[in-house]
Amino acid sequence: MVNLSVNIGGVELKNPVLTASGTFGYGIEFSDFIDLNRLGGYIVKGTTLEHREGNPYPRMVETPSGMLNAVGLQNKGVDYFIENIYPGIKGIDSELIVNVSGAKVDDYVAVCEKLAMQTDIRTIEVNISCPNVKQGGMAFGTTAAGAAQVTKAVRAAFPGTVIVKLSPNVTDITEIAKAVEGEGADAVSLINTLMGMAIDVERRKPCLSTITGGLSGPAVRPVAVRMVWQTAKAVNIPVVGLGGIMNGRDALEFILAGATAVEVGTANFVDPSVTMKIIDYIEEYCDRHRINDIRELIGAINS
Amino acid sequence: MKKVIMDFSVVENIALHTNYSLLKLTPVSGIDIPRMLPGQFVQIDVDNSKTTFLRRPISINNVDYNKNELWILVRRAGAGTDALMRKTVGERINLLLPLGNGFSLDAAASDKVLLIGGGVGVAPLLYLGKELKRRGVTPNFLLGARSENDILELDDFKAVGEVFISTDDGSAGEHGVVTCHSVLSQKWDKIYCCGPAPMMKAVAKVCREINAQCEVSLENMMACGLGACLCCVEKTVKGNVCVCTEGPVFNIEELTW
Repeated sequence: MVNLSVNIGGVELKNPVLTASGTFGYGIEFSDFIDLNRLGGYIVKGTTLEHREGNPYPRMVETPSGMLNAVGLQNKGVDYFIENIYPGIKGIDSELIVNVSGAKVDDYVAVCEKLAMQTDIRTIEVNISCPNVKQGGMAFGTTAAGAAQVTKAVRAAFPGTVIVKLSPNVTDITEIAKAVEGEGADAVSLINTLMGMAIDVERRKPCLSTITGGLSGPAVRPVAVRMVWQTAKAVNIPVVGLGGIMNGRDALEFILAGATAVEVGTANFVDPSVTMKIIDYIEEYCDRHRINDIRELIGAINS
Repeated sequence: MKKVIMDFSVVENIALHTNYSLLKLTPVSGIDIPRMLPGQFVQIDVDNSKTTFLRRPISINNVDYNKNELWILVRRAGAGTDALMRKTVGERINLLLPLGNGFSLDAAASDKVLLIGGGVGVAPLLYLGKELKRRGVTPNFLLGARSENDILELDDFKAVGEVFISTDDGSAGEHGVVTCHSVLSQKWDKIYCCGPAPMMKAVAKVCREINAQCEVSLENMMACGLGACLCCVEKTVKGNVCVCTEGPVFNIEELTW
């Protein structure tokens, strides 16, 4: 029996398969289809200090092998999450990771302080890479100084494991990764969506209310694998890989590129049971290749 | 209602005029189709090609529990619906169901009830009409279409209740849009509506004028259909809500129309 457990900044995950923020709600939306307890972890919807209504409709358009979205971090705020959602999901035997977003550094800090009071929340993912909000979000994630500033503040406010989610909309993602590592991030996750745009030519209008949005799905996967490979070589903290993972083979591509764990996002929309199939496939692959421990595969490309 | 992922096979694919198909599906496993409500929908994995990557939300046209058949009406609108219309008998299709909330079925037997559909939006009204009739309510239908050739399942509707027709070109029924049809000058207690958004907005306005209760079924573009992606939101009196989980059926009092 292969050992699938991995460690991300002190937190032991039973396997490397996580669900990506914003694609999995609060987990319970998927409970009819999968055993949530089997997941390595699940990252809940981006949580902000205040309630956010998000962007106007239309927020989504399908594109070749993917989709553009412009949700804009719609959520009811951290207090609502802690009072009304967290009690219902804290019993799930899988690592709950809260994705934290904000427009100002102080907002990130305030959310982290509230989450830090909940003893069972051991891990957060800090979103400095959302392309769909006017202020903050990606603005922090596109410069090394901005990324470092948020990481430093969050590091001081949250005692548990801090994963910083990076934007691919930069010239050199390794510079940003090194900057957040330098300020105490326990891990980085990448990539968030790639900024994109689509136009309805008949109506001569942008397909999204915000004109531009974030591209996800298998269309972005080669870009994501490349960035994970570059980043894993550049930093000494674990890298969590994501971007267009549709099946177990895709997940292994990220692990071989250097990811310690992976996040499954858009694929949940197409097949809500896909995460279970990915875990099964990784197990079967390890058996087939006589791998006793998944960690043997991290960054193990022959080149 | 527990949601399931199920493989279905195509029992029949009936071309209705040039741009529509009625697909009759049955579960591959032979197990019974779960109980579903009129107004609920299914998410169909068309073929997972690069242009039809996401599932397509399609409303339930009818469920024949005796034959264990689920009916869907498809209008050729793009690559996904085109691929669906080309499915042949015996081909497999993967469905996610049942999704969303149905129309309210609490009309009284004495209520005057009108079901207004526009184009392929007539789809959920057949199943709704049948369920209302089963509950002792007499359904009346007002079907709107571009022309006579776009009126779908007319015989099926006639078998359930009285049918009134509006066509844009006057080739059948009254000439004009549904909201101009003379049947709307009668007294109605409850109006159910599904069709293009401008039509539903016009119907909602009429319902307010004639003081009829009104429920509409929205078709906002969706990715997941499960309330996870937050893409299909509609602005309501409670703020932005997911059409897939809070709808697709809404009482017009909940909307900001």
